[in-house]
Amino acid sequence: MSTTQQTPAQETPFVPATATGRITNFVDERVGGSGILREFGRKVFPDHWSFMFGEVALYSFVILLLSGTFLTFFFDPSMAETHYSGPYVPLKGVEMSVAYDSTLRLSFEVRGGLFMRQVHHWSALLFVAAVSVHMLRVFFTGAFRKPRELNWVVGGVLLILSMAAGFTGYSLPDDLLSGNGLRIIDGVVKSIPVIGTYISFFLFGGEFPGTAIIGRLYMLHIMLVPAMILLMIAIHLFMVVVHKHTQYPGPGRNDRNVVGYPLGPVYAAKAGGFFFIMFGIIAFISATFQINPVWNYGPYDPSPVSAGTQPDWYIGWVDGALRLMPGWVFNIPMEWHIPFPWGTNTLSMNVLAPALIPAGIVFTLLFIYPWIERWVTRDNREHHVLDRPRNAPTRTAIGVAGFIFYCVMWAAASSDLIATHFEVSLNDALYWMRALFIVGPILGFIITKRVALALQRKDREIALHGRETGRIVRLPHGEFQEIHAQLDDYKRYKLVGFESPVPEEGIPNENGIVTKKENLRSKLSSFFFEDRVAPAAPSELEAGHHHEAITAADDDKAITH
Amino acid sequence: MKALSQKRRHPLAALALLVMGLMLTGGLYAVVTTVNQAKADTTTYTAQEVQEGEKLFIANCATCHGLGANGTDAGPSLAGVGAAAVDFQVGTGRMPMQMQGPQARQKPKQFTTSQTREMAAYVATLGDGPALPEEQYIDGGGDAAVGGELFRVNCAMCHNAAAAGGALTRGKFAPPLAGVSSSHIYSAMVTGPQNMPVFNDTNITPEGKRDIITFLNTIENQGAPGGAQLGSLGPVSEGLFLWTVVLGVIIGFTIWLTSRTS
Repeated sequence: MSTTQQTPAQETPFVPATATGRITNFVDERVGGSGILREFGRKVFPDHWSFMFGEVALYSFVILLLSGTFLTFFFDPSMAETHYSGPYVPLKGVEMSVAYDSTLRLSFEVRGGLFMRQVHHWSALLFVAAVSVHMLRVFFTGAFRKPRELNWVVGGVLLILSMAAGFTGYSLPDDLLSGNGLRIIDGVVKSIPVIGTYISFFLFGGEFPGTAIIGRLYMLHIMLVPAMILLMIAIHLFMVVVHKHTQYPGPGRNDRNVVGYPLGPVYAAKAGGFFFIMFGIIAFISATFQINPVWNYGPYDPSPVSAGTQPDWYIGWVDGALRLMPGWVFNIPMEWHIPFPWGTNTLSMNVLAPALIPAGIVFTLLFIYPWIERWVTRDNREHHVLDRPRNAPTRTAIGVAGFIFYCVMWAAASSDLIATHFEVSLNDALYWMRALFIVGPILGFIITKRVALALQRKDREIALHGRETGRIVRLPHGEFQEIHAQLDDYKRYKLVGFESPVPEEGIPNENGIVTKKENLRSKLSSFFFEDRVAPAAPSELEAGHHHEAITAADDDKAITH
Repeated sequence: MKALSQKRRHPLAALALLVMGLMLTGGLYAVVTTVNQAKADTTTYTAQEVQEGEKLFIANCATCHGLGANGTDAGPSLAGVGAAAVDFQVGTGRMPMQMQGPQARQKPKQFTTSQTREMAAYVATLGDGPALPEEQYIDGGGDAAVGGELFRVNCAMCHNAAAAGGALTRGKFAPPLAGVSSSHIYSAMVTGPQNMPVFNDTNITPEGKRDIITFLNTIENQGAPGGAQLGSLGPVSEGLFLWTVVLGVIIGFTIWLTSRTS
């Protein structure tokens, strides 16, 4: 029996020549690494700088994990009271929490501690910024369309999680600045009707600030939130692999292929190198630029509030909304006293509305936008070729309107610094921003749409008539003309290779009735596509070239366009 | 005594008792404490200085403050503001004021130290007010940690915890405190210039003021342990720096990386 089974083994098993080769082969035969490498190493990535923000986010997250682990070795999240006895003179003997004390010790007594804190904080700011810019890129190029809608949602969840990670970390040092921020959160929580006070008490373990909150935020910050972020990143990247990468329009690129370079070896080297470039940039910035100098702010104490108290940038827009909200709208107070049989209850709309409504609008629209567009266009095809933003004027305009809506709130969070640094009245700055909050997105929408359409017209013009060469020619009958040069086919493809949907009438259902929903869809369709510039069709291109040929041949009077 | 005891049930007896009690406690309080006592200016000025000061005052200040410094619609009376107020307002260049506005702006000094002292001497004769700070309180030899706590509780809400300044309503503002002399900080606390409240000696004792000055000197001179401070403005300047410089550099690298192959 044993002899008969030996036959297949005689197929000369591969024996590597070197020791390294033998070890590699041993591992490969058990893990199947070469198969994985063959699959992943051949994944193709298109080349464009705007595709790298996801990578920036991923790498800053890796740096966050590494530097954060270092910080946990020395940070103590206790709110027990202590007196500082370290080397920083302006705080010597001052009563503070152990959390703040350990942050100071970490900064001033641990070798490299301050540097690592700054690495952690700068990369945290960069992480959320990279996630945001990545989302903007995905939105404006239409990369959220089928089959990537769910990955867009995962991305949105990652944005919220990154803000949560940032906020929980921001509060940990228990300094005056972050404590002021926590107090605002406490106020917002308490403004929730009926359950607000209870939530606040559960969250803080009693009356604000209590002795529990730092420990709780710490657990969220180092365990739950990063674990969820890791999980979401895994899902996100898995879907990227499944969907393959999108690409900008170009000759030879379509929805069934990906034009670019394979992961191995080109992209593996680039991505690996880029990680070290990023680490280098962050390390350089952290070594030369101070961030969150907690020793300047002093320990948290509920009584003092410092001027110029702002949250880190990614929470700024919520803080700004709170600043923009008037306490009275005309003669109507925003603090409502509602009589109930058991007494009067207060509903503080001046806190609740700005804290919840703008963020609610932004995130709801962000999450459902792919489905809105899908419903309006009834487009069920897969899209792997991106839109140039100008070729989707309404989407681009909606994106810019949302961006301005966000940015006005964001700017409002620094209203006091705008007032002092531009020497304007704080009140006037707020009044202007209140107006911009309403008018800005509308103006932004209109202007962006017009700009996008104008750019499309210019593209069409160039596709049809070529580019201006600057050569002026005088014709025999005295007319001066500029010679236009035709683009080559590759360049022209970029200008004509896009879709421009037309508005759709509502489609009747089987009973021959156009339902209200269908009617709404039809209205939205006109809103999206009424103003459109069609890409130059081949016949038009033909005619255009012919026209150029006529003028170039110095024929009689040229027909001007 | 008999008459007094007979009248002890008079309807107004309780009132009389109350009045007497209040008079007694009030009187004792006034005698024992020195809180509300206007400080006599202990600095001695020569008659010459006062005379010169009056001349300077008439030539430069009387337009708004009135000939006898009694005040006009354009400027307040200066009786009782004290020499410290003159030292601060004129010594930092805020007075004479460049123009009416939400707040007198700081500008290059218009008078020499001796001229300022002469005007202070004149204004001090108009009524008792805060005198020039005593040397012992502005030497910067106090306790910086205590000063820091006092600063955070009393000053940080306008001047910022790192003394970087802050905005007030309608164009008014609390200026940054770096570069302000110890003597001017002390004078500002006791006189309350512009929109600043007065911190009298019971609110913050002279020793406390000395600690605050020590704290401010310490944080100004220690530099920034973590590198460039970006204006000590906190998260706003940090965020701005990240979105412009850091992200700009990173985008530069991404363009470089993706331009090499194609």
